[in-house]
Amino acid sequence: MALPQAKRDATEARLAQVTLPEGAAWARGARKGALDRLTAMGLPHRRDEYWKFTRPETLFDLPAPPAKVFSAEEPPVFETIDRLRIVFVDGVFDPEQSDALDMDGVVIERLADASATDIHWAKDLYGTLETRGQTPVPRPLAALNTATASDGLLIRVTGQAPRPIHIFYLHRDERSDAVLHNVVKVERGASATILETGPAAARFNKVMEIDVADGARLNHIRTQGRDHERRAVTHLFARLGAESVFKSFTLTVNGVLTRNECIVEFTGDNALAHVAGAAVGDGDFHHDDTVFVTHDAFACESRQVFKKVLRNGAVGVFQGKILVKPDAQKTDGYQISQSLLLDGDSQFLAKPELEIYADDVACSHGSTTGAIDETAMFYLRSRGVPKSQAQDLLVLAFLAEAIEEIEDPQIADEILGRLDAWLGRRRG
Amino acid sequence: MLEIKNLHVKLEEEDKQILKGVDLTVEAGKVHAIMGPNGSGKSTLSYVLSGRDGYEVTDGSATLLGEDILEMEPEERAAAGMFLAFQYPVEIPGVGNMTFLRTALNAQRKARGEDEMSAADFLKMIREKAKTLKIDADMLKRPVNMGFSGGEKKRNEILQMAVLEPKMCILDETDSGLDVDAMKLVADGVNALRDAGRSFLVITHYQRLLDHIVPDVVHIMSNGKIVKTGGPELALEVETNGYAEFLDPEVA
Repeated sequence: MALPQAKRDATEARLAQVTLPEGAAWARGARKGALDRLTAMGLPHRRDEYWKFTRPETLFDLPAPPAKVFSAEEPPVFETIDRLRIVFVDGVFDPEQSDALDMDGVVIERLADASATDIHWAKDLYGTLETRGQTPVPRPLAALNTATASDGLLIRVTGQAPRPIHIFYLHRDERSDAVLHNVVKVERGASATILETGPAAARFNKVMEIDVADGARLNHIRTQGRDHERRAVTHLFARLGAESVFKSFTLTVNGVLTRNECIVEFTGDNALAHVAGAAVGDGDFHHDDTVFVTHDAFACESRQVFKKVLRNGAVGVFQGKILVKPDAQKTDGYQISQSLLLDGDSQFLAKPELEIYADDVACSHGSTTGAIDETAMFYLRSRGVPKSQAQDLLVLAFLAEAIEEIEDPQIADEILGRLDAWLGRRRG
Repeated sequence: MLEIKNLHVKLEEEDKQILKGVDLTVEAGKVHAIMGPNGSGKSTLSYVLSGRDGYEVTDGSATLLGEDILEMEPEERAAAGMFLAFQYPVEIPGVGNMTFLRTALNAQRKARGEDEMSAADFLKMIREKAKTLKIDADMLKRPVNMGFSGGEKKRNEILQMAVLEPKMCILDETDSGLDVDAMKLVADGVNALRDAGRSFLVITHYQRLLDHIVPDVVHIMSNGKIVKTGGPELALEVETNGYAEFLDPEVA
């Protein structure tokens, strides 16, 4: 399909400024392919169906809008957890702050390092899951990422990873514009937990392609945030084999613009995928969760739980789809998106979709927008809980269903601690 | 303890006068009961005293231990010793019952300038109090009132009372929805809290609760006013003859 002239011009003008990174010879073909895809689909425009609620320009226009570095003294999240820590500062790998990329049951390399050879296990995946995820909905900023990512991690899980792998994205430069691409391959029966934290850069474009083989398991927990002016567009492409398990949870606090896309594809029977998100925003905050789950196997379970707390004009967006293909009988699909608006200035825009071609499935979706329950507020206050604290309790209660998706209690506690701190800062 | 003078209250949203001059004094250590037909203003009185939104005091006063409570926020009234056992206890999904109780207790202590209670001390205290009310560990762990039966909800109200140790307890139709055994359990819980420094205002339609929580004084409320005050025998009179003879001739 031919692109409108204006869109073609804009895309060509932007791509004229792109130079493909050197190195990772094995990835060169994928990078060129991504550029071609992007040229064909065009950069996103607000008239595009999946960009109606979120203006995309500042996510790719050059230069990236600057973002101040948040200065509150707060220990980094997950500090108390025994993990392998890998640090990127403004998108640049920092060997000084990182642990050795070495752990039993896992092989970790950097995209920028794995350069010399044309043969690499990641060649089959890099850009491959992204390409699969471009149909039926184009995701141009993911293609831009595949073409231009300067670094990232290639993580191959071959056994039971004894500790979580923590990718820590630090933001130090007010004008940084980072593009990172991670590839995770969890081999048959293997398992790992990946943690991601931090604002990463003034603008961050990140793709994570995840291949979970038969009987394998991946837990993914990330926190994004802190810096009020930062922007991020992230894509998570997951392909699940038979009887595999994939769980992903994202906490977002602050950020002027965040678009998190999550694309899950079931290719093997009896697999399970849970994706969840909790976002809390105050003022100039626009947060968009766009999720697409494709059931193309027998008896898989998918669950989407997204909760947003918004105030002072903050905006939340949820676009979530469950597509059940004709042979995906016994699919169990669930989707809930809810927002709690703490004032009349904030808004939540939701577009839940179900598209089902199998006849023996159980799928449900729901979306709600509401204010704080005044009856519950009075009940708490009548027992002596001050108004602001009562509101915080109800906010945490509202988010609980999403946070409960985190299996590890220690990690869940860390996430709750983050939320508490955020609420506390607003309480003064 | 509680002194209400000439209290006039209307609904905030509409021009409807609910309380039309209530006078009531509850002395320390006493149990007063308020009986009256539906719509007489009993529940409104309890909400106005505990600080619920939606009501406007147009005249009169209410003081707790000499302090004007009508200007206070609900949480300030609680810290001052006011407690309302709700007719319909509120379900709060996502907030654990224990968390709720501990947050409330420590907030009150903080407001009074006292030290917060440690998690360990709190746990010990709550276990003992829960046991006497036959509230099991599971009910403490569950979200506030979620999945509780009617009786469990009312017992949970009494547990909150036992934990927070208020000075002035208002029980708003605590007997509604309870079977005889549950009512006995609730009444025992209340009676165990009777103390020279604590007063109760028991609001009820029926005399049967007052068999178990024996009041010192009984008031009959009708059309926004206290129309008759007497001893426990007044409740028996109502049980036999109904409210008709006490009703304001304007409405009767």
